[in-house]
Amino acid sequence: MRPPQVNGQGPVEKRGRAVHASGMTHQTHDHDHDEHHHHDHDHEHDHDHSELSEVALRVRALETILTRKGLVDPAALDAIVETYETKIGPRNGARVIARAWTDPAYLARLRENATAAIAELGCGGRQGEHMQIVENTTEKHNMVVCTLCSCYPWPVLGLPPVWYKSAPYRSRAVIDPRGVLKDFGVTLPETMQIRVWDSTAEMRYLVLPMRPAGTDSWSEEQLAHLVTRDSMIGTGQPLTPGATR
Amino acid sequence: MNGAQDLGGMMGFGPVIPEKDEPYFHGDWEKRALAITLACGALGQWTLDESRHARETIPPALYLSKTYYDIWITALEKLLLHHGLVTPDELQKGEALTARPATRNPPLAAERVAGALAKGSPTERNIATAPRFAIGDRVTTKVMHPTTHTRLPRYARGKTGVVTFRHGAHVFPDTHAHDLGEQPAHCYGIAFSARDLWGEGADPTLTVMVDCWEPYLESAA
Repeated sequence: MRPPQVNGQGPVEKRGRAVHASGMTHQTHDHDHDEHHHHDHDHEHDHDHSELSEVALRVRALETILTRKGLVDPAALDAIVETYETKIGPRNGARVIARAWTDPAYLARLRENATAAIAELGCGGRQGEHMQIVENTTEKHNMVVCTLCSCYPWPVLGLPPVWYKSAPYRSRAVIDPRGVLKDFGVTLPETMQIRVWDSTAEMRYLVLPMRPAGTDSWSEEQLAHLVTRDSMIGTGQPLTPGATR
Repeated sequence: MNGAQDLGGMMGFGPVIPEKDEPYFHGDWEKRALAITLACGALGQWTLDESRHARETIPPALYLSKTYYDIWITALEKLLLHHGLVTPDELQKGEALTARPATRNPPLAAERVAGALAKGSPTERNIATAPRFAIGDRVTTKVMHPTTHTRLPRYARGKTGVVTFRHGAHVFPDTHAHDLGEQPAHCYGIAFSARDLWGEGADPTLTVMVDCWEPYLESAA
């Protein structure tokens, strides 16, 4: 069992439940009962539902109050969730990267004005109003963090993963990026220069990883499948041709 | 302010543990938390900077023990109370007890969601003053410990770096968070060597880029 982590990494806080009498944390992620906690149910899970997320209850209460007061429209809430569940995610960023790998004119526009170049592919807006591309080379590796909160380029990467918002990543990325990369199974050559971008203003950074070797004949669409989310944050590398599913 | 949000360089949190095939949400409450936070922000009663400040004023022990969406919801409750959109009684009872207060913007309608998210809230502004620093200038960040909102992290205060990018003028969070106006100022990407930030034993290959507004900077020449 992995040790619990503070600030969002630990399953205890993440779901605010599943704390066993032993004090050990439950590792299973997929038991989402938030929408059902008010029902009596007889699922044979071993964790304790009576501890159901205090925060889930608060969110529900808040939504009820705000809806009844006419301050939020539940249909709008659904539309927001749907957008970030189905329309905006790292596939958007992967298209940008694959285009940059295959189209030198596009790459030039991306370097010149990333916000505009990304908008050409239909992506932009909230938390990506001012984009900048940062390019990995054989000598330089880029990695993006927000030590102060969780700034992240939503239009190209979607909502940030829990680890990106967590204390372990935010505290260590700026002082020990090689240690952080090790946690991701990434080891860089000792001589590789590392640039860590702390997103302290409204600039949002997208890492342009190096195009994997052996992909000369690949189409833009094929290449996009090699582009992982983490490779665009700088905590991973793109997949190699043999590794695609 | 020197709150628990300012995490750069802190130690003892353990390894980063990526979750394989992580879903966007861990539980339906997180979906609603995100959506409520965005929808309430769209009412226009507070700025993004003010909402960041509401998060960083959560007491450190609490901040560090909460999940991120819990931090958001805790801050949202504070903002709703502070701006009189919800009363303490309502929060406590979980019921709507008062009429809808007036808001700057009407409630976000479902058909406006796509447009609002696609537009976002750009922070770049045209200002009459020319930028004080040029690319390549050496600058030193101020030593300051405001009790109010700032985007200059503690690890980068009183440090000397090199102006590497000029981002144009942007809304200044330090005032914008406190109802003191946008006061846009030039913003720069400053490169700091890890040696200058962290001293002996720092990774010799590491450069940390921090975006700094002009009021944070003094000439190091």
